[in-house]
Amino acid sequence: MKKKILLPLAIIIFAAAVGMLVYGAVTGQAADVFVKAARICMECIGLG
Amino acid sequence: MTGPAIEDTTSLATEDKTAVAKEDKSGRAKPEKSGFLRGLKKHLRLIVQAAWGLITNGYARGFMPGNPRIYDGPLKHFCVPGMNCYSCPGALGACPIGALQASLTDRNRRFPFYVLGFLTAVGVLVGRFICGWLCLFGLIQELLYRIPTPKLKIPARLDKPLRYLKYAVLAVLVVGLPLLYRTRYGAGIPFFCEFVCPVGTLEGGVPLVLLNNALRPALGWLFVWKMVLLVLCIAASIFIYRPFCKYLCPLGAFYSLFQKFSLLRMNVDAEACTNCGACSRACAMNVDPSRKPNSAECIRCGECMKACPQKALAFTVAGRRILAGEKSPAGRSSKSGKTGKREGSST
Repeated sequence: MKKKILLPLAIIIFAAAVGMLVYGAVTGQAADVFVKAARICMECIGLG
Repeated sequence: MTGPAIEDTTSLATEDKTAVAKEDKSGRAKPEKSGFLRGLKKHLRLIVQAAWGLITNGYARGFMPGNPRIYDGPLKHFCVPGMNCYSCPGALGACPIGALQASLTDRNRRFPFYVLGFLTAVGVLVGRFICGWLCLFGLIQELLYRIPTPKLKIPARLDKPLRYLKYAVLAVLVVGLPLLYRTRYGAGIPFFCEFVCPVGTLEGGVPLVLLNNALRPALGWLFVWKMVLLVLCIAASIFIYRPFCKYLCPLGAFYSLFQKFSLLRMNVDAEACTNCGACSRACAMNVDPSRKPNSAECIRCGECMKACPQKALAFTVAGRRILAGEKSPAGRSSKSGKTGKREGSST
């Protein structure tokens, strides 16, 4: 890939990623992450 | 098949041999750096890794014996960039791979905008720099590798295909099966977390079981299986540099997708490079930075930069050279046309 393309490509993808992040947070997905992360995850620790 | 060879690990302990008095333009000798500063510079990455691990697992109350609760404050809304089980008693943030699987296994089947947006943003900013600098499990593996034993070098014909295993883990265990397989109750199963992840066993399972008597009756075959995987991973880490990162880590696999165009990149000054091979000898991830400075396998630890006698390697952000070993002499300063020659040649 030409070097000239890389920087704009990275910026576009970064902007899209931040957009996804914000949209996800606004639509309650951060709260979903919180609900999962705030309790002991039995699967993660090997208790089923 | 050829047996594993003994790896020369002397290159890993790259000494900072640049601490000689230097003269500035007026001919006066610059004072040498103090021992503390040299030590700080030499062990900077280790210090950053350890500090980050302590900060992101800083909920001390979680480690109190008999305390059945983990941190459940507002910081758990946010993912940490590295592998860090959110069931670790001290964890202040959420594991991005765990959070991704939790989103994919949700009954509502919503596209995981939040977690994927986070992972993509981090990946496109710094790529696998996270693996080298901000991953607690990576640090643990590195410390295990420092145990003085003969080291194994996996033969290239075995090593290369094994490197693709982490992409299979990402595609199948983290995304595919959790998305496609449903129990009769409609929920999915976080296959990677449940059946593989040694990080969860080490950071969550072991301390929680040790600290809480109430959890011990629940131990069964699954815990035994995960303990076997953890012990294998720990044992392998003593002889192989970061085996989990090289062959299994789905987070490293995801970040590696962005290595070629992340804003933080490795740059080779083609004029300064003499192809002496010092960088590739210093690379514990078996990358040749002079040929593939932005290889998907590079964790951007910077050991190659320290090892380069010409200081031809440097991190760049948006094309600007930062964190080079020494400032380039006149005549090979960072001209984008020359220093950028090898940026795009990585695989």
